[in-house]
Amino acid sequence: MRYVDEFREPKNVEQWLANIGRLAEQLPLARERPLQIMEVCGGHTHTIFRYGLAELLPEVVEFVHGPGCPVCVLPMGRVDDCVALAEHPRVTLTTFGDAMRVPGSRKSLLQAKADGADIRVVYSPMDALALARRHPDREVVFFALGFETTMPSTALTVLQADKEQVRNFSLFCNHITIAPTMKALLDDGALRLDGFVGPGHVSMVTGTRPYRFIAEQYRKPFVVTGFEPLDLLQALWMVLKQLADGRCTVENQYRRVVGEAGNKTALAAIERVFEVRAFFEWRGLGSIDYSGVQVRDAYARYDAERKFSLPSLEVADPQACQCGDVLRGSLKPWECRVFGTACRPETPLGALMVSSEGACAAYYQFRGIRCQPLVATDTQPEPVR
Amino acid sequence: MCLGIPGQIIAIDDAANDIATVEVAGVRRKVNIACIVDEEHPVDSCLGDWVVVHVGFALSRIDEDEARLTLALFDELERAERAASSVGPSASRS
Ligand code: SF4
Repeated sequence: MRYVDEFREPKNVEQWLANIGRLAEQLPLARERPLQIMEVCGGHTHTIFRYGLAELLPEVVEFVHGPGCPVCVLPMGRVDDCVALAEHPRVTLTTFGDAMRVPGSRKSLLQAKADGADIRVVYSPMDALALARRHPDREVVFFALGFETTMPSTALTVLQADKEQVRNFSLFCNHITIAPTMKALLDDGALRLDGFVGPGHVSMVTGTRPYRFIAEQYRKPFVVTGFEPLDLLQALWMVLKQLADGRCTVENQYRRVVGEAGNKTALAAIERVFEVRAFFEWRGLGSIDYSGVQVRDAYARYDAERKFSLPSLEVADPQACQCGDVLRGSLKPWECRVFGTACRPETPLGALMVSSEGACAAYYQFRGIRCQPLVATDTQPEPVR
Repeated sequence: MCLGIPGQIIAIDDAANDIATVEVAGVRRKVNIACIVDEEHPVDSCLGDWVVVHVGFALSRIDEDEARLTLALFDELERAERAASSVGPSASRS
């Protein structure tokens, strides 16, 4: 077993679609209005568009794309700070490739690099640490972003730097946590969600417990799932099954990877290096309490925010952008007034157009093109409005 | 961003620092495996294991039995349905 192709098998995908269709027919609620199931994670958004799953689903079931793309929710002020860091003459800024094109109010990292800033794309924070070892005369800053999936890797890198006493390495920490944001979305009330498919790779670190409040307090089914088409469809079926049975619990479709308690070593590393921030700003969503983490005092010397003075200004999102409504799931990407015109992947106005996990870019890239058809259908995709 | 890719551990390079070579989608990479090593799974026993790799770190061991169960869930449903439809009034449905 290689854990990829088996979960893309067209025959199975077709069968699960049929199962979903049959189950949806039995749901009285689905006769009144389409069921809205939010996929929280940008990786799922990517899978849905890449395989054209949304078009294959029965009309009464809709995916609503959630805020789970860390690049897409990075606020402009933080991008500006990062650009300011990169422009510091002694700094070598290291980042994942995804973050290069996120627009700041002055420029993106890509533009800063073109203007001469020393910015390097790395695959892992460990590569950034290696760079710091090789260049003791430079201050190597790693642009740390991502949910709990990515936190253990940066935490372990800080611990390694501390072990070796590497002094010229630090993090610009923008890590965020998904649970407080889901709570903010659920409290918003503007949304009418019937259930969730939950992030598989965040959960391999955190386990499935942090989502219990969604089932218990908000009475919504929540199914943690993987990233192959079969995973998503099976999870969707599990959500509908809960609705049909009148249950709401946290279920785990991704048991081959996710354990209930998560990964102990990874959680311990996070706990050692990071602590919760009182609040963190999200692009399009505003400030959300306890939704980010910062470096603990014990590791202050690895915290770029304390090592360098940063402008740290709050910058409002551009007026024309409707990213917040799309992130909240209350507006479809193509309904944004600048979608495909002023805002395109080459010239993104909002960050949802930057990463292929952002709903707008995924929609722009895949809608109507359907790169990898899994099931032959004779229904044509709707024209982009 | 939260992308994790399945890969197989094909060599242990530095047991003291938990560094292994993992083949991920046909590419060999040095990966930190500290998060999947514990008393039950000492470093040397990890050779051949399948793991999920994210930005240079293995964050979970993939459980083959669970993977098979997930794939089998479908067959089970289908069997149950066939059984139901063969006794039910809609037995003639194709
Ligand atoms: S089209 Fe651009 S501006 Fe509009 S919501 Fe999407 S990313 Fe934001």
